[in-house]
Parts: sequence; C-alpha cells; structure tokens
Amino acid sequence: MSAASIVVVRDLVKTFAARGALLRAVDGVSFDVRQGETLGLVGESGSGKSTTGRILVGLEAATSGSINLFGQEISSVRGRVTPGAVRRRLQFVFQDPQNSLNPRMRAQDAIAEPLDVAGGWSRSARSDRVRELLEMVGLPRSCGDRFPHEFSGGQRQRIGIARALALKPDFVICDEPVSSLDVSMQAQIVNLLLDLQERLGLSYLFIAHDLAVVRSISARVAVMYAGGIVEIAPKRELYTSPLHPYTQALLAAVPRMTSNRARAAVITGELPSQIDAVPGCTFHPRCPFAFERCRIEKPKLREIAPGHLAACHLHETPA
Amino acid sequence: MAEQPLLSVENLTVQFRGDNGWVNAVEGVDFAVGAGECLGIVGESGSGKSVSALSILKLHSQANTRYASGTIRYGDRDLLTLPQRRLRQVRGGEIAMIFQDPMSSLNPVLTIADQIMEPLRQHQGLSVQAARRKAIELLEMVRISDASRRIDDYPHRLSGGMRQRVMIAIAVACRPKILIADEPTTALDVTIQSQILELLRELQREIGMAVILITHDLGVVAQFAQRVVVMYAGRVVETASVPALFERPMHPYTEGLIRAVPNLDEDVHRLTTIPGSIPDPSTLIAGCRFSPRCREAVKSCLAEPPALVDAGAGHFARCPPRIAAGGIS
Repeated sequence: MSAASIVVVRDLVKTFAARGALLRAVDGVSFDVRQGETLGLVGESGSGKSTTGRILVGLEAATSGSINLFGQEISSVRGRVTPGAVRRRLQFVFQDPQNSLNPRMRAQDAIAEPLDVAGGWSRSARSDRVRELLEMVGLPRSCGDRFPHEFSGGQRQRIGIARALALKPDFVICDEPVSSLDVSMQAQIVNLLLDLQERLGLSYLFIAHDLAVVRSISARVAVMYAGGIVEIAPKRELYTSPLHPYTQALLAAVPRMTSNRARAAVITGELPSQIDAVPGCTFHPRCPFAFERCRIEKPKLREIAPGHLAACHLHETPA
Repeated sequence: MAEQPLLSVENLTVQFRGDNGWVNAVEGVDFAVGAGECLGIVGESGSGKSVSALSILKLHSQANTRYASGTIRYGDRDLLTLPQRRLRQVRGGEIAMIFQDPMSSLNPVLTIADQIMEPLRQHQGLSVQAARRKAIELLEMVRISDASRRIDDYPHRLSGGMRQRVMIAIAVACRPKILIADEPTTALDVTIQSQILELLRELQREIGMAVILITHDLGVVAQFAQRVVVMYAGRVVETASVPALFERPMHPYTEGLIRAVPNLDEDVHRLTTIPGSIPDPSTLIAGCRFSPRCREAVKSCLAEPPALVDAGAGHFARCPPRIAAGGIS
C-alpha cells in the first residue's frame, strides 16, 4: 500500500440511450491503480469493464464522475479534452490485433504512428526507436517492413504492444489482450507483459473475462457485475476467500483441468438487462443467499478486511 | 467401447484448395466414438479439430474440399461415399450438430417455432400442429421458461445463452444417436457456459446419445468428456481416457498445452510457454509437425513423420521417443 495511486477513479457513470430508455453501462465505479501494479478488472459480457477502460483512455465520455490521472484531475465528461501531456502517459492495447492494425500499414509505420502524431522525431531517431521497440516485444528487428497479415496472431499482438509503448507511457490499459489467442500464444503474451512491467515500471489495468489469466498477471483484482464493482481485493484473497456470492459463483463456474468432477454449483439466470434497472442489489435475482434487504437497498462497496472490499449486505455488520 | 464403435473415422485426409494447389487440412486422422459416450476433440486453431468434425456430415464447401483418403463408418455405411440424398436423412436426424455462434446459425428472419419444427416435419413427418406441440416440449426440455410464448419470438430477442438452448433443442428434436458440438460454449460467459454444459450432460443421459465435443478449452474437456483426442497441425497427436491424459500426458505438445493454461487455483510467477507458433497448414515439415517447437526433438523426429503408437490401456501418442522412454520425461 506504500506506492502512490497514479489513477484514481470515483463514482464513474456512463449511460447510453437505448430505445428511448437509459442503459446504465457503468454505474458508480470507483477504484485506484497504484504505481507499478496491475489491477485486474474481470467480469462477464455487459458488466461494463470495457466501457470503463474506454472512458479512462478517452475513447468514450463519461456521464458523470471524476478521474484523476498522475495527480491531475481529468474531467471525463463530454466536451472536455484530456491534456496531451497526460494522454501520452496513458496507452491502450486492444483485444484483437487483427482488427486494430491497419492491414495496409507496415509494422514499422504502425509502431511509429504515435511518434508521428506526437511529432519531433527525426527519421533516424524514429527508425532507431522502432527497432528498439520490436526487440523489446520479442520480434526480430528486421521485420518492420512486413504487413500485419504476414504475422501470426501472437506476433500481431506484440506489434500492438510495441505501438502502445512507443511514447513511453506509465500506465497501459489492456482490454482482453489475449482472449483471441490460442493457449500456447496467450502464455507468451502474458509473460511479455510481465517482463515489460518489470523492466519499464509500468502500471496496468488488465481487463479480461478469463479469471485464470487475470490471476496470472494482477496484483489486485476487481470484479464487475451489471455496471458496478462488486468486490475488489488483493489477488490471493480474492481467489482463495471470495466474499461476494457472484465472485464465488464465477470462480466455481470455471471448468477445472482435473478429472475430479466435483460438480460446480450452477447459478441460474442471466445478467439483467441494464435498461429495466433492478432495484436493490443487481445480483439478487440470481443470488442463492438473497434476503429481503437485497431486494430493496443497493449495497455499497465497503472494506470488510484490510484492502478487501465487497458490495454485499451479507458482509455488513449491523450499525 | 468393447465392440463395434457407433462411429469410426479412419485415416481421414481432408484437403482444401489453397493459392498453390491442395493443402492437407487434416491428415490421416483416426478416432471412434461409442454409443452414449462423450469424446472430446481438443486443439488450438489450425489443429483440424473442426475440419474433422464437419467432415462427418460433409459440411465443407464441395468446390474447395477434397476427401483424399479415409472412411467414416457409421453402422454399415461409409458417410464419405453416401449419396447426398441419403446423407441428408442422417444429418439432423441420427447425427445432429450445434455450432459455436448460435446467432449466425439461427435464421434471423424465421421464428424459433419455424426453426424447431423444420427437422420434426422433415425427419419425422409430423403435422404442423403436432410439430408445434413437440417444439414447445423441446423448449421446455432445454429449460426455456414460458416456452409457449417464447416459441414465436425471433432469434434477436433472445440472449446468447437462450439461443444456444434453442440450437440444442433443434439438434435433439429427432433424438439423435450422435450430437456433434463444435465449441458450443466458446461464445458464452462462464456462468452461462456451466448452465449449457450441465444441460448437455442431462440431455445426453436422457436421450442416451453420444457427444463429440470439439473445443480448445482443456477444462471443458476434463469436466465433460470420457475420452479425448488431442490434435495438432492437422494430426492426432494423442488419444486417451480423460484421467490418463491429464494425469500422464505422453506427447510433449499435450504436456506443454496443459502446463500453458493459467492456473485458477494457484499463484505462479510466470506462465509456462510453448516456444514458437502453430505452423500454417501449407508449411512443409518433413518429420514430426511439432518438432520445430519441441524441446526434446531428436534426429529421428526430423527425419520422418512419426506413427501413432499404442502405449497400452487405450493410450496412444504420436511420439516414439517418449513411448520408448516410458512416457513422461
């Protein structure tokens, strides 16, 4: 807990207009990311995890809430632009390197594009930097003149990472960076991200649906459900003693690679549509432990054990 | 699987038309499934797992596909040489299939009713009214609540999990002997995945059908299948019972793959990787197709393609050096 927080998000809300109603994609999300750490953000589709990442990097405008990046207050609300100096320290790695790289652009130009946009790089400094980045992500220095289709999926993701690192950011948001890759490639990319973090002192927000991948890279993990964070804890605690019934269900649902078939308790139902807002706790319709209060009052995220927060009435000591 | 298996694929080679002639997508593939059994076929992209499964019902485009060798024995018939008209009686009747993406495999302009009733009218010759009654029963069987109302919905009104339930209802409509499930839960969230796998398990028991489950997810195979075939670059590299495969993998690729999966129940410092990447089907590799990535490759591995060798107790691996050494190193 000694390291300073470089990202502070408070009460972030994002609503979309959908068929005349309001869809609350992100509904009051708060978290910190500390210098040099990885915060994992897990959730199923529609949980709001990707929208949260996109707001931080400025791809979406928030409806309300505050974001503080590197000690500077950023108004994320529509119409206000993140200062370039702040934006440069914050980069994004996309899920699908197939679609996020321009198929007509050579690898070296894709990697150098942020340098070109920032300006002030001579031709030789630019090409030196590109070769340095290629090497950093484990690609041959000579492959810069190839096009995206000449690379494998794993190699394309390495190019995506090199591009994100071009301007020496402090904080990188990775949105499902390995979910389109095969297992054997996935492990290589996770290890690369870990190596780069160690070497460059990067902080990550690692957004993914795969709980095991998130465990392998994160220091702390936040679990999102229906637009809100339901639990956040140091990784070991979250995986060994999850407090929120949703986290417990999520962990139980993952099929393990053992032939021992201790059948997981299957939770019923599906994610609520965020248009007809569920009163009370968003998880109560699927929660096996729900009681009267859960149907009426929305639980707040509060600290249950040191550093371990959960939004669940089961874990509240009555005042 | 003591006697005659229900379906057996022998020495199947499927070729696709490439830019420079025909390319082997799968080569010399053998596997068999017994009545009521669940066989898992696992592999990464390009392994040929889906190509093999789609070949059972000859669902590849005819213009660009060639079945260069092999037989697919089902009863006393060879499905590969069966005339189209007779194959159509098997498809969706005795052998049914579900796919990864239920949105693109359902017709968006037809209601759920139209789509479930079709196989019932086609294969069982039911009247419209009888087919509709049966369709509602099927939706209830796949645990869709309020089935008599839901049946008139269009697919876009349903969630991904619901759509997959509808696909399953269509597939089991004629009580098939074999259900081929190609990545049936890959597009679904993990809590929905466990619901769908549980449903498949119950239906398998109820109907007594065999399931061929194609997946990239080793956890899904471990939880669902009895036997497993591991494919790599178009070939079967290992086949074994599920407990044997996970406790004692014989092939270095299988072992590498199992180790590369991040562990949900343990903290590790770094993940174990398999170096290199999956070869393109058109890449010529003289010996073992895994040898360029294998840490244990010896001279003989590079010289000629290894055979699938019996290691005893129904465990086969395409790695002569490992088997000679008695399995795991």
